[in-house]
Amino acid sequence: MTFANPDWKETPAASPSPSRLARLEGVGKTFANGTVALTGVNLEVRRGEFLSLLGPSGCGKSTILRLLSGLTKVTAGWINWAEKDPELGFVFQEPTLMPWANVFDNVWLPLRLKGLSRAAARPQIEEVLAKVGLAGFSKAYPRELSGGMKMRVSIARALATRPAILLMDEPFAALDEITRTKLNDDLVALKCELDATVVFVTHSVYESVYLSDRIVVMAPRPGRIVAEILVTAPLPRDEDYRLCAEYAERCRATSAALHEAMAPGANGSAHK
Amino acid sequence: MSREKFLRYALPALALIFALFAWEATVRINDIQPVILPSPSLILATLIKDWRTLGASLVVTLTLTLEALIAATIGGSLLALVFAQFKVVERVFFPFAVIMQVTPVVSIAPLLLVYLSSGAAVLVCSFLVAFFPILSNTALGLSSVDHNLLDLFQLYRAPRYRQLLWLRIPSALPYFLGGLRIGGGLALIGAIVAEIAAGSAGQGAGLAFRIVESGYRLNIPRMFAALLLIAVAGISIFLALSALSYFLLHRWHDSARTREQ
Repeated sequence: MTFANPDWKETPAASPSPSRLARLEGVGKTFANGTVALTGVNLEVRRGEFLSLLGPSGCGKSTILRLLSGLTKVTAGWINWAEKDPELGFVFQEPTLMPWANVFDNVWLPLRLKGLSRAAARPQIEEVLAKVGLAGFSKAYPRELSGGMKMRVSIARALATRPAILLMDEPFAALDEITRTKLNDDLVALKCELDATVVFVTHSVYESVYLSDRIVVMAPRPGRIVAEILVTAPLPRDEDYRLCAEYAERCRATSAALHEAMAPGANGSAHK
Repeated sequence: MSREKFLRYALPALALIFALFAWEATVRINDIQPVILPSPSLILATLIKDWRTLGASLVVTLTLTLEALIAATIGGSLLALVFAQFKVVERVFFPFAVIMQVTPVVSIAPLLLVYLSSGAAVLVCSFLVAFFPILSNTALGLSSVDHNLLDLFQLYRAPRYRQLLWLRIPSALPYFLGGLRIGGGLALIGAIVAEIAAGSAGQGAGLAFRIVESGYRLNIPRMFAALLLIAVAGISIFLALSALSYFLLHRWHDSARTREQ
């Protein structure tokens, strides 16, 4: 599905020479209890892109993240990585911080597991905390922070190891609209600054269009990919983008694809 | 004094003082004999007069309770760690643990007295009752870890001992401290019950023996004085363990959080 783009000024190639970081080929996942979570998934993750996985609950979008992260193994097909043992960052739906450790120690954890002492890790930790807007909060304990700030700590921890790919599982779903909007903007700015690759699971059409270079729409029972939508406007985008015709067009197209995915008897017709 | 402070400290203290006065007055007005019910003032006088005997017994009981509690803390938490690391061991030992826990300690005290010297029997009794709450609470805590955090440790390929040290043990700390507070109270109960069953006299006699002895001699004021010391010992153990719990948890755990009203 390609769109003419009359309103948006610059239309760069999807992203500059999108080299492949990972490829899922015919990936399927069947749980021990017989539930088919995913079937026949072919998906490419390209370097430096913001890729969203969009779909209703039970469509296996979180399962794709868990497979990419190696937390679970595929039961069919395979995953090819362009590099061996890529550094991963994972952000869960909840902040998932250790309540007994302060902000500094929470962000230190992945570095500490790699053998970095507190002193050796300090510059990196302070840099990443400043990037997520939490400079000066390193001594605070999680319970002293708001939901949005806890999420920022979680993102800082995921970025601390300078991951090749950042996997985010509906990270802002539990936050209020205002906090979510702000965090979305900050996330994209950070992604651009670090030239990071992000795979972002969401169930919000508008969020996915606003944030992504590419949206993969998924359908449930069994989980599969039914459509892929490109959003060509360059990142980062601002509030004005929400008013332009491309945004409206892509939201409409994404909604339509999602609608079709959820329709009874949907069989994943070509939507590409 | 603020209303909150009054309600929190002064009110309970006043209630206690009032009850003591009512007790004293009832005894004096009705001229109740000390052998039936001694007045608080007489109990206090007896406590001071018999301090040499009662104080020595208090030391005996407290030492025994603390020894048992320390042994139970070390044993209970170590076994919980083994359970958490090796599920097979848990499956093997769990029936034994349950049997030991559900059997009232009073009923095994006579058997222990057959096998062991009376001092050792009292120690074992006290140990047994304190051991199980610490074991089961710690085991529960070690397995009640945030699953996402476990995923995170797995993601960063943390070895098992790191996961235990940096994740499971801190997660289990509030549960362990809860178990320790229950165990602390029970260790004292275990020591008293076992000593009453043992009836051991002489140099190594604890407060429970003083109570039994006072009963035989109808020295009721002294019995009350010994009871008072047991209550004080129980309160001290509880306060000390609560303070430890607060000290370790107040920075981060919800149980030690003061809420804004």
